[in-house]
Order: sequence, then C-alpha cells, then structure tokens
Amino acid sequence: MNKSGLVETLSNKANLTQRRAEEVINIIFDSMKDAIKADDRIEIRGFGSFVNREYGSYTGRNPKTGEHIKVKSKKLPFFKVGKELRERVNSK
Amino acid sequence: MTKADLIEKVSEGAGFSKKESAEIVELVFDILKENLENGENVKVSGFGNFIVRHKKTRKGRNPQTGDEILISERNVVTFKTSQVLKNSLN
Repeated sequence: MNKSGLVETLSNKANLTQRRAEEVINIIFDSMKDAIKADDRIEIRGFGSFVNREYGSYTGRNPKTGEHIKVKSKKLPFFKVGKELRERVNSK
Repeated sequence: MTKADLIEKVSEGAGFSKKESAEIVELVFDILKENLENGENVKVSGFGNFIVRHKKTRKGRNPQTGDEILISERNVVTFKTSQVLKNSLN
C-alpha cells in the first residue's frame, strides 16, 4: 500500500472526501517529519516510536567492485515497533 | 511527539473537532497496522517505507547466562527512511 492507497482507505472508512483524506494524511506525515527533523522523539502507542540515532563513519566496500569506500557519519530515525503491532504481525 | 500532538495538528490544520480528529488519527494508524498485519508493506513517499520481514528460526544466546537458546521464526516490521528525509537530516 502506498500513500494514495492510504488516502483512499481512510476516505472510505472515515467517510471523508478524497481531498479531505489526503489533507489529513499529509498533515500527519508532515508533522512526523517535522518532529524527526527537530530531533524530537515520536511515540505512537500500539504502533511504534521513532528516535534519531547517530551512526559513525566507517570504511565499507562496494560489493560489485570490491573497492574500499569511506562511509560518512549520518543521522537516521530508528523505528522501534510497538507491542500491539509486534504481536499482530506474528498472529498469522 | 505523541498521538495527542498529532490529533491537535489535524484539528488545527484541517478544521476538524478534537473528537473527530482523534477518531481520524486512530483510524490512520489502524489502517497502517492492518496492512502490516496482513504482510503488506506500506510506502509513504517522502517519509519512508514500513516493511514486513520474515525471520527464520535461529540460534541465539542468553546474554546473562550464556546458555544457547533457539529463537523462533517470526515476522518483524522494519522502517526504511526515505532518501528525501535522510538528506534533510544530514
């Protein structure tokens, strides 16, 4: 499922027009992006949490050519799955 | 940021009442969970992808006692940050 699928499903389930559903989906993910960019931790009970982690630089290899390459340090959001979702993906 | 903050944002940004916003936000995460539960990945362009992976049974160790244990097969959800978001963080 992609964003348009999400918009369509929300539109049907919440009885909203596609335009309104799209507006809501954009507000939610834009707000979450803003929080991540501000290094704010996000916690959605039952779904999961996001927290930014710093990853140090390291020397890697290009798997195709075997060439050594320097990988710069970076910051990435780490997603920790919530209890309910963790259990649900294992229920089937 | 918590769900309450998201509800506030939806209410302010889209003009729904607090009650309506709470229902809508709840529904959005329900839809995400339902898809992932059914083994379907969710891709949100500009944000990232939620991917369900199947992990096979593997051997592990109890880090406290050193005992070898069998870790049962399971499904896990991983998140891959979109390139756009990644770039704006670095």
